[in-house]
Amino acid sequence: MQSSGFMPVVRRFCRHRLAVVSLFVLLILIFMAVAAPLIAPFAPTKPTGAFSKGPTLKNILGTDQVGRDVFSRLLYAMRSSLLVGFMATVISSAIGVVLGLVSGYFGGWIDKVIMSFTDMVMSFPYILLVLVAAAIFEPGLWSIILILGFVDWPGMARLVRGNVLSLRETNFVKSDRAAGMPRRYILFSEILPNTIAPVLVNATSIFAISILDEAALSYLGMGVQPPTPSLGNMLGGAESLTILTTKPWLWLPAGVTIIVLVTCINLVGDALRDALDPRNTLR
Amino acid sequence: MLKYILKKLLLAIPVLLGITIIDFILMNLAGSPIDMMTGPKMTESVKAMRAAEWGLDQPLWRQYIGWLGEILQGNLGYSYKTFQPVSGMIVSHIAPTLLLMGSSLLLGLVIAVPAGVYSAVHRYKKRDYAMVTTSFVFSSVPSFFMALLLIYLLTVKLGLLPSSGMITPGTQGSAADVLRHLIMPMLVLGVSMAGSNIRYVRSSVLEILEMDYLRTARAKGIGRFLTINKHALRNALLPIVTMIGMQIPMLFGGAVIIEQVFSWPGLGLITMSAIMNRDFPVIMGVCLLSAVVVLIANLLTDIAYALVDPTIKY
Repeated sequence: MQSSGFMPVVRRFCRHRLAVVSLFVLLILIFMAVAAPLIAPFAPTKPTGAFSKGPTLKNILGTDQVGRDVFSRLLYAMRSSLLVGFMATVISSAIGVVLGLVSGYFGGWIDKVIMSFTDMVMSFPYILLVLVAAAIFEPGLWSIILILGFVDWPGMARLVRGNVLSLRETNFVKSDRAAGMPRRYILFSEILPNTIAPVLVNATSIFAISILDEAALSYLGMGVQPPTPSLGNMLGGAESLTILTTKPWLWLPAGVTIIVLVTCINLVGDALRDALDPRNTLR
Repeated sequence: MLKYILKKLLLAIPVLLGITIIDFILMNLAGSPIDMMTGPKMTESVKAMRAAEWGLDQPLWRQYIGWLGEILQGNLGYSYKTFQPVSGMIVSHIAPTLLLMGSSLLLGLVIAVPAGVYSAVHRYKKRDYAMVTTSFVFSSVPSFFMALLLIYLLTVKLGLLPSSGMITPGTQGSAADVLRHLIMPMLVLGVSMAGSNIRYVRSSVLEILEMDYLRTARAKGIGRFLTINKHALRNALLPIVTMIGMQIPMLFGGAVIIEQVFSWPGLGLITMSAIMNRDFPVIMGVCLLSAVVVLIANLLTDIAYALVDPTIKY
């Protein structure tokens, strides 16, 4: 993105007031997660007091079944959930972008092979593939990252391919080809920068979905394993009826955090889509 | 037209074969079935005998051909745990899942289509922003968390609805009883579907609202109601058809988790318990079935699209 084109994007983004607020909230949450060791009053895996006690001045969100401080656990849980979401997004975007670029630019049988592979992966219900992979490999933080990353790329691959196909027909790429520029240059210096915007927008939605999926998997006991806290496995205890009805501090904070986090990411992504669309001049 | 359908069908065959290959590879990655079916006490020689008996000593591609042959005859293998045929297990559990998926899809559309049209018609007004934000919140709530909230509210606090199963234990299960059990899982799945659909319907209606023929319709003075419901919505139906096709895999994935939370006795429930027990023939059977269903759904979407849209070229 050139610097001359940057300010209008920011201005268009700022017109979505809700997205600006979301971005702000998101940055605060990310800061809290990154700085968890500094902010958290207690260690996330050490008992600090009475079992399953409601919120007090000492433990502002109460303690869990083995006396760990829920607020400290929540901070560390955000850390693992954001890490899973971020890394899974990076991996799947990288795979999707590379496959999409290659498929769209070279076309022919390479395109056919890559795209039918994409179709095959897309035919399996996404959650089911993730669950199967989680059953095959040992569950844990890094295997969840790898599983989510290696399963959620087909959407990105299709998006990039479509973009490359239309860029390939533009005059500046045609003139590059006529000038005998090397393929690598055309692919990475001409086509890739022009697909950054949709890739970025799609990446935000993968980020949101990955956080939701981590939560679902960990809730089912197949994701991040206790004692390491994650937003999903903190909710796992709520399956028991006594916790659900009498100890809301054990499950409500983690659930609300997921909703706030994912809603903010989605709203930022939506505003980004609007702001990065070059057809959007001042409206 | 026939040629188009035939071409689509032929193109689906390699994808279908690829799906079976992925399925087979995943199953092999999971480990040797002999280790899973027998205890650690089994001696090596007995294991080797079993392997020969089941053809596991042959090269992988031979095993794949044999497995594919069985599948084509409708034999999906046997469960490691219950020793029942997988196809039988699937047949006996598919109806509740179809009921749940179908009703959720319907509910999702009933919410999303009016909401999306409303949002598009009032574009860039407060009402539109409120609707779009609501749709984002809908799709940002983890489905199992929404399920927990509903159970907390409707079962525990108000005592209105049962929180698990499909029929009240000990009864025959009347239609009304099934409906009472269906409401909560349907609500959770339907609302999370509606979340993304509202925005989809909104953008497809927006696109049509800018068309020249809509300006003509407005200029004719037939009134806002007819303009939107007759001219705009009808043309927006086309992308909505595709949307339904795209959502079958999402819907099935959602059903797996929701059935677990509500103990809804469908395919999702047996899949989850198979995953917990590492009962791979069952898992892979369900995977294969769902992938094939998705493929067929996509095919039907393509064909429906071609039937409805006269401008599509075959």
